[in-house]
Amino acid sequence: MYNEIFDRKIEDVGLQTGIDRLTPEKIEKTVKQVLEGETGAKLKVYHDTCVRCGMCAKACHFYQSHLEPSYSPVAKIHQSIGVLIEKDGKVGPDFIYQCAQIAYTECNLCRRCVHYCPLGIDTAYMMSTMRRICHKLGVTPQYIQDTAHSHSATMNQMWVKDDEWVDSLLWQEEEARDEFPDMRIPLDVDGVDFLYSVIGPEPKFRTHLIYQAAAIFHEAGANWTMPSEPGWDNSDMAMFSGDFEMMGRLKRAHFECAQKLHVKRIVMGECGHAFRSIYDQGNRWLGWKDYPVEVVHSVEFFTELFKAGKIKMKAKHPGIATIQDPCNIIRGRGLYDHLRFLAHEVCEEIVEMAPNGEHNYCCAAGGGIINCGPPFKNVRMSGNKAKADQLKAAYDKGARTILAPCHNCHGGLEDIIHHYGIDMEIKFLGDIIYANMVKTKAVEE
Amino acid sequence: MYHSIYDLVTGPLTWLGFGVLVLGGLFRMVSLYSLAKKKDASSIAYNKAKYGIRSILHWITPFGTLGWKENPVITVVTFVFHICLLATPIFLGAHIDLWDLNFGVSWPALPDHVADIMTVLVIAAGCFFAYRRVVDKTVAFVTTWKDWFALCVTMGPFITGFLAYHQIFNYQFMIVLHVITGIAWLLFIPFGRLSHAILGWYSRVYIASEFQGVRHAKDW
Amino acid sequence: MQNTNGWNWEPGRKVETYADCAQNSEWLEEWCVSPDGETVARVACTAPAEFALCVNGKLSENVYEKIICPKFTPDGKLVAFVSQDMEWFLSVDNEVGEEGYGFLWDSMWADGTVAAAVQQDMQYGMIVGGKIWDNLFENGNNFTLSPDGKKSAAVVQVKSLGQADIYTFQEGVFQVAVDGEALGDVFMNVWTPSFNADGSKVAAQVRETLYDYSIAVNGKAWDAKFQTVWEPRFNPKTGGVVAPVRQGGKWGMAEDGKIIWAPKYAQLWHHQFTAEGDIWAICAPEFGKFALVKNDKPFSQTAAVVYDLAVSPDGKRAAAMARGEDRMFSVLTDTGAWNGKYDMVWQPVFSADSSHTAVRVDRNGRQTVIVDGKAYGEDFDQCFDPAFSPDSSKVLIKALNGDEYIRIVADVSEFK
Repeated sequence: MYNEIFDRKIEDVGLQTGIDRLTPEKIEKTVKQVLEGETGAKLKVYHDTCVRCGMCAKACHFYQSHLEPSYSPVAKIHQSIGVLIEKDGKVGPDFIYQCAQIAYTECNLCRRCVHYCPLGIDTAYMMSTMRRICHKLGVTPQYIQDTAHSHSATMNQMWVKDDEWVDSLLWQEEEARDEFPDMRIPLDVDGVDFLYSVIGPEPKFRTHLIYQAAAIFHEAGANWTMPSEPGWDNSDMAMFSGDFEMMGRLKRAHFECAQKLHVKRIVMGECGHAFRSIYDQGNRWLGWKDYPVEVVHSVEFFTELFKAGKIKMKAKHPGIATIQDPCNIIRGRGLYDHLRFLAHEVCEEIVEMAPNGEHNYCCAAGGGIINCGPPFKNVRMSGNKAKADQLKAAYDKGARTILAPCHNCHGGLEDIIHHYGIDMEIKFLGDIIYANMVKTKAVEE
Repeated sequence: MYHSIYDLVTGPLTWLGFGVLVLGGLFRMVSLYSLAKKKDASSIAYNKAKYGIRSILHWITPFGTLGWKENPVITVVTFVFHICLLATPIFLGAHIDLWDLNFGVSWPALPDHVADIMTVLVIAAGCFFAYRRVVDKTVAFVTTWKDWFALCVTMGPFITGFLAYHQIFNYQFMIVLHVITGIAWLLFIPFGRLSHAILGWYSRVYIASEFQGVRHAKDW
Repeated sequence: MQNTNGWNWEPGRKVETYADCAQNSEWLEEWCVSPDGETVARVACTAPAEFALCVNGKLSENVYEKIICPKFTPDGKLVAFVSQDMEWFLSVDNEVGEEGYGFLWDSMWADGTVAAAVQQDMQYGMIVGGKIWDNLFENGNNFTLSPDGKKSAAVVQVKSLGQADIYTFQEGVFQVAVDGEALGDVFMNVWTPSFNADGSKVAAQVRETLYDYSIAVNGKAWDAKFQTVWEPRFNPKTGGVVAPVRQGGKWGMAEDGKIIWAPKYAQLWHHQFTAEGDIWAICAPEFGKFALVKNDKPFSQTAAVVYDLAVSPDGKRAAAMARGEDRMFSVLTDTGAWNGKYDMVWQPVFSADSSHTAVRVDRNGRQTVIVDGKAYGEDFDQCFDPAFSPDSSKVLIKALNGDEYIRIVADVSEFK
């Protein structure tokens, strides 16, 4: 009686053009091909055993924000892939539009609902499989598809051309030498301790992040390098668009650029989803159980630098800060303690959001949703009142800074604080460390 | 007539019920495991017993997980329901007598009035679940005939057993119906929704291994 | 394989400090060592925003605003990109051409020819032997040279794309260009063009639709389509084109569109041909386990990761870097894994007679060279790739210790 027609359709060129080209036969064939060819016992067990208890509803920030039954994790399955399985793919194009909109824009694949399901059902896996079917059907939101195209053409997500990458590094190096006269951004140095990898937007729009990271490494006396050739971008929107073949190609390029340089580790900038793609999804598609080159997230790496006394703070970031725990590094990789250690090292005072740690709510930007672009911005805003409430509560306790060591969290929270009028500023750890560290190698001011 | 029906249901049909439960259960486990090995190799490669056990211990503890804590009423009802659901048929005096009569094995029984209360608890919990399926919008939204069917199959033997024990309606009819619904219960455990009784442990161990082993995070 | 004829193979060691550069520089960058170990070069910062090359302790007179990516070619030329007045130049043995470019990167070498990727006025192409392609393109990547150095190729963008213009992209915007001439069909994606021995054919990975991958030879795709493919190689015996292909979620090998190794691997890549036409590759017989494979027969020894495959000159042996589940590195060969475990292992090097294998390794921050699993009795701050004498009896070790550069010619028997 509650199965009313999907009433929140959002126009998107990619989705609409995609379904305009579909026929019921094509849908059926593709659904069968993915279900029979690519999925196995996991999907079957999840589909068979879910007892529809509804306990997962409270896990989801979309449900918590709308308090509307169709947003619960199980409801998302019930309105998309669950139907495809039941009906063996015999559905019409309009239904695929609904499936795509739900899977790409109403689930962040954050896996918070795993903490609520007694049977351990991984809704994110089912939504990923739904996205995979949509990719195979050519029904993907325009902007994330464009990002996947960029990945395929340039091995980075922002259409950054080969020369533009190196040029950005040289530019930042030159800028930095006004502050640190002998600072380098070393290129292609074989056999060093680590290769530093970033995401596409850094050389494109956020070059200061490269500057800051290089400055921190310089101050710490690190033995590191940047690659001069494609593979430098660790991001992976193909993983989220459902183009797993491209995900594999990207991860191969990324890992091989480190293998080629025989670095001992890859240190990854403050990004969440890229981390997920190296330890969880991309590596597996390529057949690697572990990652082939050890990868440490900035949160881990900065912790090492602080514990070894290689970076010291001149002053802590003033005032009270709260912490956004990014799903992909906290629930995804257990860096809670590292992040708390660092937060207390660099900030004067921390107030925690509730819930936090691995039970924290997603920023609603992750899982590729923010990459679905402007048409779906309001989905993220209305769908994360829960996060706004958390932030307001932290604000009421005096927090004016949000520490968010993840690009997607950054973008997502930026939109949320503007939308809900919360007067807070968002910082990467690198922002705070760079601004407040003791700079023994800088020119005297 | 009654005796031949009674003999049929408590004899060959009961054998059938247990046979399907055991063989069907084994078949499901083996076939799904071999499918997983073939198609989900990159998932099951991470399975580790210690993570699974740790996770199961949390999930079989009331309020031992986030999900249980955030849904306190369901938690209480679910635990009472499942404990009574399993303990009552196994430790019911009348059932143990049948085991003793047929196979010469027996074990301590629950006092009848305790078993009676537990049966009522199962029925009450079932009513609560049914109520949720209708009234709670999040549950109603996702409820299908499969969920009602699973609930009916599960409740059947308890309702009929209760009625038979208290000799409400025709005892002989009710006891046959009780055996038949009990057999149906056994028949359907390996399949569909009720297969969570067998397969839920699998999916628990798997997600526990993913969370604790790969993601270094709790799955509770 | 590196030609080591004519090198100094006199046994013994030479130690140099090359201290002069340090005295006249604000800083010196990483050491670059020529294949024969006779020349060592470093980029030196001689004054703010002023760089020179320090070669065997002597600073070059030419100074530039920037010098990046110095490296030696196999025939011992020192190649680097230098920048002056917002223009980039290719420096070969400290000589720069007259013409400056918008940007240069990805220097490469084949049979005496030096080439690089170039951007000029936001158009992309290559410079080969000092000459820029006649046609440049809106974008270019995946640059390569033919084995004889006579032909060059890249993937080039031949149609413009508007912002988020996903459908033009899907109609195809990329082609292979050889010596600046775009070739054959336009594809959605093209990767890793690769020439045959005489440069007459070029094969590349292509994606024709979002889901159909194939191999295109001279711009014409195979009829057969796959879930995806890896880089193609030419069979030197038959001239056929062979590439790993994915079908039904498993990897196999295809030649000219026909499956030659049935898809059964969880991974299959980095294949190499021997002169006899045998194929060596790295495969994963099952998820998480990698091995060497020759002609579709995987070797039994597996590791979590296998990389840097090297095939012996006679084509009968192979060795590679392996990483175990304990995340330690070792050397995997066709006869099994060597005993030693290291923090890093570089690509193995075979002797000319294929009987010995030398590998540069790192353990606890100290590096050395091991031959056939046996270590040289001394370790260093850093080593460079080892080389064998033409008669396969001696090993060249190039190393750094503190400020000292050390060139050692050791007999194979000295490795114990």
